[in-house]
Amino acid sequence: MVASQSLAVAMPISRDGAALRLKDDDNVAVCLRAVPAGSELEFAGLRVTARVAIPAGHKIALQPIAPGELIRKYGQTIGRAAVAIEPGEHVHVHNVEGTRGRGDLAEAPAAGAPATRGVA
Amino acid sequence: MIFRGYRRPNGTVGVRNHVLVLPSVMCANHVVDRIGRRVPDAITVGHPTGCAQIGADFEQTKRTMAGFAANPNVAAVLVVGLGCETNESKALAAEIAARGQRIEVIGIQECEGTTNTIARGVELAAQLLRETEPLERTQADLGELILGTECGGSDAFSGITANPALGYAADRLVAAGGTVILAELPELVGAEHLLAKRAAPDVAAKLYELIERVEARARSMHVDMRGGNPTQGNIAGGLTTIEEKSLGAAYKGGSTALREVLEYAERPQYKGLVVMDTPGQDIEQLTGMTAGGAQITVFTTGRGTPTGSPIAPVIKVATNTAMFERMRENMDINAGTILDGTKTIDEVGAEIFDWIVAAANGRQPVAEQFEFRDFAINRIGPSF
Repeated sequence: MVASQSLAVAMPISRDGAALRLKDDDNVAVCLRAVPAGSELEFAGLRVTARVAIPAGHKIALQPIAPGELIRKYGQTIGRAAVAIEPGEHVHVHNVEGTRGRGDLAEAPAAGAPATRGVA
Repeated sequence: MIFRGYRRPNGTVGVRNHVLVLPSVMCANHVVDRIGRRVPDAITVGHPTGCAQIGADFEQTKRTMAGFAANPNVAAVLVVGLGCETNESKALAAEIAARGQRIEVIGIQECEGTTNTIARGVELAAQLLRETEPLERTQADLGELILGTECGGSDAFSGITANPALGYAADRLVAAGGTVILAELPELVGAEHLLAKRAAPDVAAKLYELIERVEARARSMHVDMRGGNPTQGNIAGGLTTIEEKSLGAAYKGGSTALREVLEYAERPQYKGLVVMDTPGQDIEQLTGMTAGGAQITVFTTGRGTPTGSPIAPVIKVATNTAMFERMRENMDINAGTILDGTKTIDEVGAEIFDWIVAAANGRQPVAEQFEFRDFAINRIGPSF
């Protein structure tokens, strides 16, 4: 259960309140409001500069992330880097892929196998 | 804790006292709609199912209709069939009656046409209303509530504000002896290990089996789930992958032990937190949980989803203040106050819990005031 406190106390928030790092080992933070390019975000012991404008709710990289490295939020894996990501970059669908539900990576059906009719 | 509800002959307790007119097959939709126009106090639904279905898909459709019709919020049901459908209306009516529900059934072929069926349906719906309207609320225990939890039109704030607050309310209801349904299986992909830790081994195994079923479906279709879930709106709201969406979604269920894993529209056998296998698609999920007996659902939304059930109050919780202000008429609670720093997660959670109790006692959330009739049954096989 989430601690019985205000968000700012329960979770580490950047000094100006613009972004939230949900767990200490997360390599991304969530922008709580739109962050203009060039903004400096200072967390306890960590400072990043937004390299581009980042919309509210979207993620900013807090450290260099190598291609294939796991993206961590809530202290959990939310995907992996598709390309190298620099600190301060916008972290989203253009540079992160999912690790789950990746039916597109499944092997092609064997020749002669019946066509699957998808049902949502 | 107590509330005042409608005690049913089968022992369940409703928070509403509806008469439902339900087509057993889509061929009866028009007749049902016309009955509803002439008896506006009866609740009508329409759907595109009930014929040329086989196997597990047909069983699921029938189970959903029977469960929905026997939801404690429904005092009596009129089933309208055609006569030649797979989902034979008298067999459906028997299944609904076996759940202890007051029921009447008519068929269009047996009534010899549309006009006669509408006339007969109007008589029966009016009669059921006369029979059930005098029923009064009596004291009931909060432990008799089954709460559906749902998030739709999620954004990145869902997992930070509204869903943790709903989790707090869910824990309170479980502590009061109630049942909480966590559903939308595709939106637990990537968070299932956290739930499994709180479950007995057999329950955890069933959860993993259902999650695998979701991913196997994506594999059989050779597509990335990201094409459809997270949706384009979720992605615009900052959610990048299904894992990220799931981790935020799982907060809705709170922190208690996972007691049971249910198939779609199955009624929980245990109190406490249960998981139901529904799709993330909002209306199919809401219908499945309501068919499983949920008298009330709390629905969190970031992008702004107005949806409501025909027979159950659906309480809307906004994840952010900007959307709450934009779509004020569609929202009941603003969890954006957590981000604004004016309220804590627990304070909003307590507000949600109080709303659940108020809705149980008769307070209407906005979705109910709008009289939404959203109803859709999840299909797991093609039509034949």
